[in-house]
Amino acid sequence: MSPWRTAALVAAKDLRVEGRSRVVVNQVLPFAGLVMVLFAFVLDSDAVLTRVAPGLIWLATVFGLLVMVQRAFAVETADGALDALRVAGVDPVGIFLGKSIALAAQLAVLEVLLAGLAFVLYGVESSGAGIVLLVTTLIPATAGLAFVGTLYGGLAAGVKGRETLLPLLLFPVVAPVLIGATRATEAALDASGVATADGWPWVALLVVFAALFGVGGTLAFGSLIEE
Amino acid sequence: MDAAPTTEPAASGPPVPGPSGAEPVVRLVDAVAVLGRFPALAGATLTVERGEIVLLRGPNGAGKTTLLRVCAGLVPITRGEGWVTGCDLRSERDAVRRRVGLLGHANGLYGDLTVRENVRFWGATVGASGTEVDASLERLGLAGRLAEVPVQRLSAGQKRRTALACLVARRAQLWLLDEPHAGLDAAGRDDLDDTLRTAVSMGATVLVASHELERAGSLATRVVDVVAGQVVAADGPEAQR
Repeated sequence: MSPWRTAALVAAKDLRVEGRSRVVVNQVLPFAGLVMVLFAFVLDSDAVLTRVAPGLIWLATVFGLLVMVQRAFAVETADGALDALRVAGVDPVGIFLGKSIALAAQLAVLEVLLAGLAFVLYGVESSGAGIVLLVTTLIPATAGLAFVGTLYGGLAAGVKGRETLLPLLLFPVVAPVLIGATRATEAALDASGVATADGWPWVALLVVFAALFGVGGTLAFGSLIEE
Repeated sequence: MDAAPTTEPAASGPPVPGPSGAEPVVRLVDAVAVLGRFPALAGATLTVERGEIVLLRGPNGAGKTTLLRVCAGLVPITRGEGWVTGCDLRSERDAVRRRVGLLGHANGLYGDLTVRENVRFWGATVGASGTEVDASLERLGLAGRLAEVPVQRLSAGQKRRTALACLVARRAQLWLLDEPHAGLDAAGRDDLDDTLRTAVSMGATVLVASHELERAGSLATRVVDVVAGQVVAADGPEAQR
């Protein structure tokens, strides 16, 4: 079976598991939304909120990512399914891609929700070109976060204390995405007086990051779960 | 318990056909496997013919689990020779993994998915059709309403049966079971034994490591003693060497 067919199989399975458990819908989305609301209460200034909204969107996204990754691999380790996949000789590249695709799909929903909340709660505005930049930013940022999340989720899956270990591993690595996506979103939302065109180099950085971790993940994931 | 009729294996070389004309499903010749610096398997020789249920018997730490993991292609052999389902354990471990099913204490199931969805998923990893999945469920008594129940709502015995149905759907030719009766009540154990007999009638070969000698022994067609990483006694071909 080709890695892509395996990936489609694993992604469909992960999304079906989410469809049944509704952990993302019932827990992760409300949690991330609550973070956005709390930021609004704490900062309590329209001017400040408009300026920092891009950073808050991506910070809440990374918090949500953490819960999603924990969940994605808890499903695999609860009854030894990840081990069983490995034992059954299922292509690890397919497993990595499949779990990344499922994670990316869920992240995309989260990001759209958070961006919408920023428009409603924080009163941010954007032009047509800004919306194009924002949507374009979401694609490589989501892919990068999904690849890193899957890679480090797999690494931490068999380790005791993975709940606390994962954020320690994940946060430093996703810092470039957090920074790049925030800068691009600032340009897209016209925050801090940044011109829309200034956002595109940051999108390029996000593409490079996603490509690096996509390739790195496909090469390393097999060894990681084998250990 | 009936001893399986077998012939003296060749001292080394690729698998040779057994009395049925088919090559053995497992053939290890002086196989050594090292975990860390500890030789967990220290020159094991074993031949298992198609359709056998072989019980691996021995104290804790004797090497039973390592023997199963070697046969699953998970632990490499560092010396000696080995073939499983005709594939070389040294050079074709990926192919071995796709042809065998290893079931330990965990079942490898997704609790949120139904029995049918689990079996379909594992079957799909080898390209099994919907018909094959339905047949797997039918053969293991999981068809009907039970197939639509989420696995997390099943009893331990039903979960174990679902895991075995996944092995059927995966077309596993060799079933490697590590303490399969552990954690099951009396009904679950009876259920498991029936399932294994059904599997063998369908052409599977089973290698079981168990401390439940009375129960597993009554199920097995042959008993093999494993001590200190070696197969020291067997009422099959190894005993004649």
